[in-house]
Amino acid sequence: MNALVKDPIAWTDVGAVTDIPLRGARRVPTPGGNVAIFRTGDGLVFALKDACPHKGGPLSQGIIHGHAVTCPLHAWSIDLATGEPMGADRGKGCAPVVPLEVREGRLFLGRT
Amino acid sequence: MAKERLIVVGNGMAGCRAVQEVLKRDPGRYEITIFGAEPRVNYDRIMLSPVLAGEKTFADIVINDEAWYRDNAITLHAGRAVQAIDRQARIVSAEGGLEVGYDRLIMATGSDPIRLPLPGGDLQGVVTFRDLDDVEAMVAASAQTGARAVVIGGGLLGIEAAYGLVRRGMAATVVHLVDVLMERQLDASAGFLLADALAGKGVATELGAVSEEIVGVDGRVAGLKLKDGRTLPCDLLVMAVGIRPNTSLAKAAGLEVGRGLIVDDQMRTSDPRISAVGECVEHRGQCYGLVAPIWEMCKALAAGLTDTAGAYEGSVLSTRLKVSGVDVFSAGKFAGGEGCEDIVFRDAGRGVYKRVVIEDGKVAGAVLFGDAADGAWYFDLMRQSAEVADIRETLIFGQTATEGLRGLDPSAAVAALADDAEVCGCNGVCKGAITGAIVAQGLSTLDEVKAVTKASASCGSCTPLVEKLLMLTLGDGFKAQTGPKPVCGCTRHGHAEARRRIVAESLKSMPAVMQALEWSTPDGCASCRPALNYYLICAWPGEYRDDKQSRFINERVHANIQKDGTYSVVPRMWGGMTNSDELRAIADVVDKFKIPSVKVTGGQRIDLLGVQKDDLPAVWADLNAAGMVSGHAYAKGLRTVKTCVGTDWCRFGTQDSTGLGVRLEKFMWGSWTPAKVKLGVSGCPRNCAEATCKDIGVICVDSGYEIHVGGAAGLHIQGTELLTKVATEEEAIWTICAVTQAYREEGWYLERIYKWMARVGLDSIRAQVEDPQVRRALYDRFAYSQRFFRIDPWAERVAGRHSDEFTPLSRRMEFEPA
Repeated sequence: MNALVKDPIAWTDVGAVTDIPLRGARRVPTPGGNVAIFRTGDGLVFALKDACPHKGGPLSQGIIHGHAVTCPLHAWSIDLATGEPMGADRGKGCAPVVPLEVREGRLFLGRT
Repeated sequence: MAKERLIVVGNGMAGCRAVQEVLKRDPGRYEITIFGAEPRVNYDRIMLSPVLAGEKTFADIVINDEAWYRDNAITLHAGRAVQAIDRQARIVSAEGGLEVGYDRLIMATGSDPIRLPLPGGDLQGVVTFRDLDDVEAMVAASAQTGARAVVIGGGLLGIEAAYGLVRRGMAATVVHLVDVLMERQLDASAGFLLADALAGKGVATELGAVSEEIVGVDGRVAGLKLKDGRTLPCDLLVMAVGIRPNTSLAKAAGLEVGRGLIVDDQMRTSDPRISAVGECVEHRGQCYGLVAPIWEMCKALAAGLTDTAGAYEGSVLSTRLKVSGVDVFSAGKFAGGEGCEDIVFRDAGRGVYKRVVIEDGKVAGAVLFGDAADGAWYFDLMRQSAEVADIRETLIFGQTATEGLRGLDPSAAVAALADDAEVCGCNGVCKGAITGAIVAQGLSTLDEVKAVTKASASCGSCTPLVEKLLMLTLGDGFKAQTGPKPVCGCTRHGHAEARRRIVAESLKSMPAVMQALEWSTPDGCASCRPALNYYLICAWPGEYRDDKQSRFINERVHANIQKDGTYSVVPRMWGGMTNSDELRAIADVVDKFKIPSVKVTGGQRIDLLGVQKDDLPAVWADLNAAGMVSGHAYAKGLRTVKTCVGTDWCRFGTQDSTGLGVRLEKFMWGSWTPAKVKLGVSGCPRNCAEATCKDIGVICVDSGYEIHVGGAAGLHIQGTELLTKVATEEEAIWTICAVTQAYREEGWYLERIYKWMARVGLDSIRAQVEDPQVRRALYDRFAYSQRFFRIDPWAERVAGRHSDEFTPLSRRMEFEPA
């Protein structure tokens, strides 16, 4: 997935892929803050820490288009695959990618 | 020496093809026996669809007739299913007590159609679509006049079944669990186009529909009940939901079986004397249901059986199909994926959609709809892992366009094009025709070229090429045109054009708009989607289903997001009036949910700040219980109506300004507009309600009501202008609703009333509201739309609508150690 992601030490079943609407996102609270799981229009899923690199806006509340989400606070667009801002804001930080696997329609979130 | 005995279990496409491959390599080596469960010779199962549609007969689709079996000395036992394999004795036993020994055995048992375990699945008239018997049952059912069919399954097979039945004169509906037809081969845009094309051919589709029960009368199917409560009546129900490798015989014989019968690269099973091919096989974890990989498997199998070289190493799949008469191609990661980029081309005129997915500078997948001619080329680029950075600009236009221009910089490439090279594919205009017209008729702008030659007049994708031709031909005499500003980077069209065509072409869904206007992205962006969603709501209030995912978070959760991710909640206070019950309820909510801040707003209501998202429905429930509804303080829609106390209390009041404000708010609340709309009603020209800096303001005077429009008091400060003056409260309401409706219909998304007014002119607005008939029509359209939107969204959410929006997906990780 991403070289920056450590190998998970444990996986947790957090629900079905279809629990997330297409072009939608849901949150999973963890002790380290919310994780946002996104489902794009073409049915893929991505997980990022639910905090925009700009001012910590909850990315799970943004509009999802292509494989990107637009943060609800100040409209930064974040690449779902890398967590990095796109366009003019490229290179200004990153929303960490969280390990996510799909097994038989279930979502497994990794804890590192 | 006696020949070795080869038995093939399965007389289908894979079994017979495997035999053909063996015969090709070593015709004399084996004494061959084939067992088939169906009582007929080998036929092309893929062509059952045209047989169903009445376009072909069974005789047309036979691959190997009896003469083939005879000429190759093959013994065929058709209609005799093999019942057991004794691997110790190397004997198969079939129906009727037939036993035959083997030295080598090929399992080609294919797959079985999946039958959904629905109640009523055993009723008469419930069939699958797998073999000729199924087709015959369907043809018989279609012979009744007025017969209706429901097909469960919107994959290729289901669609072909429905199309065939419609061709036979039945009414047919495809019911599909997913929102996209053929989602394994198509992305959402192509799936939409397919549904549209099918509708044109008389095949109805129900997408995202969950089947619950097959309803029967007297043991015969009568309808399909859906989970949403509807029942689709039918006389024939076809289950076409997929196939499952048929491994029961192999399993009983003790062969290693996973999802399918497990084989190695030589197609050998766990018993070295037994091989397997076709849909029954699982190779490197994959099962295949398409013919191309199966042909490759047959070659590897035959190589092994004839001691020649060859191995099957899995297949990269591509699908090229004619689905009910429409060309479709897909391959690889056609839906994109992590780190992928899309190049999208749409030609609304020809009903064409193409999407090429690029990953690491290489083609990773493609989906083509309506024109699949370049499918093979993209597939080759994909399999060769060819670098496509150099040809990226023209890649989407296909092989001819790209290879003609390879290696040249864009201007030189255009200069190098032959005069007969086609530039505009839509209208068939070649380069020579364009440059000829530019010179002969002295054309100097893109519009002139469009008008004279038709080049770039349809889809516009060749516009850059045509501009380059202008530049080349005219040199410095050419100036690029600047058209209206596009809605966003996903399109070249402006807001006005999008709005006009939504209405003119009856475009009633987001995919329909994106296709007709040739959007360059698969599903738009955060700028265009909310705009299109609004335009569709405004144009088709009773028909369009609001797309929650195309709304900004505040409109999705009916509250305003704050900097820390909490929300603020503003209940409506009609005309700024409240009472002790409401205030008490608000105070209770503040205590109960520990809401940190309570503030009086500039719009004469109370803002509860710092509410947790999960608490929103419960907060609303309590406010609802006290009779309060959403204040839409978050909406591109009607916000507040600020009033003064008017004749009720004020010694200067000339009219009942509070009453008018309340009436306006009660009629207009819930309406969606291009940007926020704030109203103010002042009871006298002292203007305590500050009506002259509102979007629409009323100043009451002795003789009636002055209606003002176009104020703003935000980033931009502007006083209103007087629109008109009316004598009665009734007329004031009609006029305000009419001007709001004109703004709803003409305004661009996010354009406040003052900007709209500057663009269209105050006179044009005045002309509309001062003509009684136009005013009436505008008012009526506003009132019609309000039938659907004057609804408290809080109450809907309290009742459970979209509850998933407010609850975390899972709380299982909440307290785990970090």
